[in-house]
Amino acid sequence: MKFRPRNLPLLLGTAVLATVVLIYLSVHPRGLSSFVVQSYANSAAPLAFAAIAQTFPVLTGGLDLSIGGIIALTNTLASELVHGSPLEVIAGIVIVLGVGAACGAFNGALITYGRIQPIIATLASGAIFSGLALFIRPFPGGDVSVELADAATGMIFAIFPVCVAAIAALLWLAGLLLNRTLTGKGIFAAGSAPNAATLSGLRIDRSIMAAYIMSGIFGALAGLFLGFQTLSGDATIGVPYTINSIAAVVIGGLSLRGGRGSLLSGVIGAFALRGIGAVLLFSGSPPLAQPLLEGMVLIVAVCAASITLVRQPNRLNVFS
Amino acid sequence: MKTLAVRFQNVSKSYGPTRALIDLSLDVGAGSIHAILGENGAGKSTLIKILTGVLAPDTGSVEVFGERLEHAGPGGSGRHGIATVFQELSLVPHLSVEDNLFLSEPRRGLFGLIDIGKQRREARPWLDLVGLTDVRPGTHVSELPLAQKQLLEIAKALARRPRILLLDEATASLPGKDVDRLFDILRHAQVGGLSVLYISHRMSEIERIADRCSVLRNGQHIETFATKSRSYADVCRMLAGRDVSQIFPPRRPAKHDAPVLLRVDNLSAVDLVRNVSFTLRVGEVVGLGGLEGQGQKELLLALYGAIRPSGGTVEFAGSRFQPGSPAQALSGDRSLMLLPDDRKTDGLLLSDSIEDNMLLCVKRKLGRWGVRNAAAEDRIVAAAVDQLAIKIASPKAPVSSLSGGNQQKVLLARLTLNNPSLYILMDPTRGIDVGTKQEIYSLIRSLADQGAAVLFLTTDLEELIGMCDRVLVFYGGTVCRELLGSAITDVGILEASLNLKNDAKTSEAAA
Repeated sequence: MKFRPRNLPLLLGTAVLATVVLIYLSVHPRGLSSFVVQSYANSAAPLAFAAIAQTFPVLTGGLDLSIGGIIALTNTLASELVHGSPLEVIAGIVIVLGVGAACGAFNGALITYGRIQPIIATLASGAIFSGLALFIRPFPGGDVSVELADAATGMIFAIFPVCVAAIAALLWLAGLLLNRTLTGKGIFAAGSAPNAATLSGLRIDRSIMAAYIMSGIFGALAGLFLGFQTLSGDATIGVPYTINSIAAVVIGGLSLRGGRGSLLSGVIGAFALRGIGAVLLFSGSPPLAQPLLEGMVLIVAVCAASITLVRQPNRLNVFS
Repeated sequence: MKTLAVRFQNVSKSYGPTRALIDLSLDVGAGSIHAILGENGAGKSTLIKILTGVLAPDTGSVEVFGERLEHAGPGGSGRHGIATVFQELSLVPHLSVEDNLFLSEPRRGLFGLIDIGKQRREARPWLDLVGLTDVRPGTHVSELPLAQKQLLEIAKALARRPRILLLDEATASLPGKDVDRLFDILRHAQVGGLSVLYISHRMSEIERIADRCSVLRNGQHIETFATKSRSYADVCRMLAGRDVSQIFPPRRPAKHDAPVLLRVDNLSAVDLVRNVSFTLRVGEVVGLGGLEGQGQKELLLALYGAIRPSGGTVEFAGSRFQPGSPAQALSGDRSLMLLPDDRKTDGLLLSDSIEDNMLLCVKRKLGRWGVRNAAAEDRIVAAAVDQLAIKIASPKAPVSSLSGGNQQKVLLARLTLNNPSLYILMDPTRGIDVGTKQEIYSLIRSLADQGAAVLFLTTDLEELIGMCDRVLVFYGGTVCRELLGSAITDVGILEASLNLKNDAKTSEAAA
């Protein structure tokens, strides 16, 4: 990647991640080992999926507050469907991802055709999805295919986490959609110049729909992966992911203003955020002070990412 | 009879009680360059929106090469071979130049995915055609200066290989050499059979490029004539419906002994302004000329406290002046105030009311303890509306409901209400009709006569010649020449702009 000013937020996010990883490895009681890599990757993967899910709506200039709800719904659904014979497992996964896509399409329809502000639309729909999840599974439990779970949370040749490979592959596919199709161009345009795009004949409504559907699918992937980790379903498991997915994309350098940015932001931010949590835990800070410390570290990390503005001589560029 | 490219038949369009087009019939011959003239609010924008498929007419029909135009949204007009260069640009800022160039018809490769390599190769000739030879296709559009964006907008329309090209104020922010290039391209394409609808306020450009010319006024078609068959005065009369005898107000002899208001000494900022020095006296109107992007804008923003200077000093009203922000620059007894060139994004709060926009900078001074003084506000707003002859229904109406010219007057009222000693005006007449221009010119002159000074940035040569007591021509970030009195001519300014004669620093015609 060539250095350009527009890549700076992403590079700063990467620097934050690198710092966190170094500290993580130095304070971790077991140092760098295959097991440490595996557990780090697996703990960050669901948030990484959730953050990628958040990236699409943010690029359109919106926000998805229903990601937690989608994760809860798909996680409980996975605990009902993803077990048994290989055929049943595959069918279960397809249904789970399909439900995620349907949740996203519902959000997209509320926003493009219902003309509801994204924050309100997804706040409401998120409550609906969480409610459905509770309906499916009032108490934690259920069953997820152990073989598949072991494979998904395992390592390739004992050195490379499967989940990271999966994230990389899915990121590549999503990148094709975003950068190589007109629908993807429209997602960027929706967040920066919807009128210009409409005058050029782009269908912005379709792009916004596509963004929320992608959000739903990646939310479902997060729900599914949480199922692989816990081997059960829990209707309350999604709650922290809504806000954390937003925090992750911001640490990764994505502008909440929309219209610009990269899918990598979410992944980088998710790994950094999980790393920060783990570092605080290993360094022996009191567990009750964790949210406080995490919040403070978050502010410092995000400020660090916008450090360039301090030297900006043109005041007109500070807030834009 | 020649075939017709576009035929409007009895087209009417109303927005609520406002009638934008009234029973308009207009023919545009195939293969001609047809100019449409009209003041703001004459119905030109509505005409364009109907032709591009954004709006459907209430009554009447539009035919394109004999086929009825279906109003199926902006994508529809492309099928009829119509491409438009929009005044407010239809570019997506955070996509690359090549993406924007082919936004309507991306070049596809395997599996219908956009083929970036192919786009990049095909982008090159189009960029070269409009003179963007040094722009890489991968650059984000947000990183380009305004003039280059406008050129890209033109390339984008041409890349659709249209049969009919609509240009809506396409030269509003283009320097002269790019306008020449655009005209060459249009003449060349005309030979290839392209029909052009050219909408502009600049009479001199229309005389150069258009074969025929139609004048609209108040939504009606007044007359269509061969371009050079009417005098400038005739055309102005058709446009305004009245006589516009003299556009520029008479100039007084320059006062060389008036007190110095502003002394800029070796000012530098953001690599674009390099060691600029000049003085400005009370009562002067000083123009900033030169090609676009030679540091004029940045200099003005630096004076206004919006850009932090990297070197040099500014003396204003006798004391050192170093505003940390525009808020500081425009407060105090002797203040300076800037009129931004892009009134819609940098000037007005579009959805706010007319009065709130006018009072933006003085509201706090009027009120007490943070409570608004409604009576005083009403009084001074009414006075300003009266003074500037702004046509409004109610001061409570949103400023976005006004035409461009009246919006600009509201913005000017914001400046005059704050009563600054120095007015910095950036392109105050961009995209404004002749009548309003004339009013703005006389306002500027009267401000100077009343003891203020004016720094006047414009891309229009006629304005520099007609309005300014002195012209500072910028080249490469600094003042390359200062022109006085009768040395302010087209040729003089152009020569200086292109830095043709470097030897004479100041040229003054023998008085």
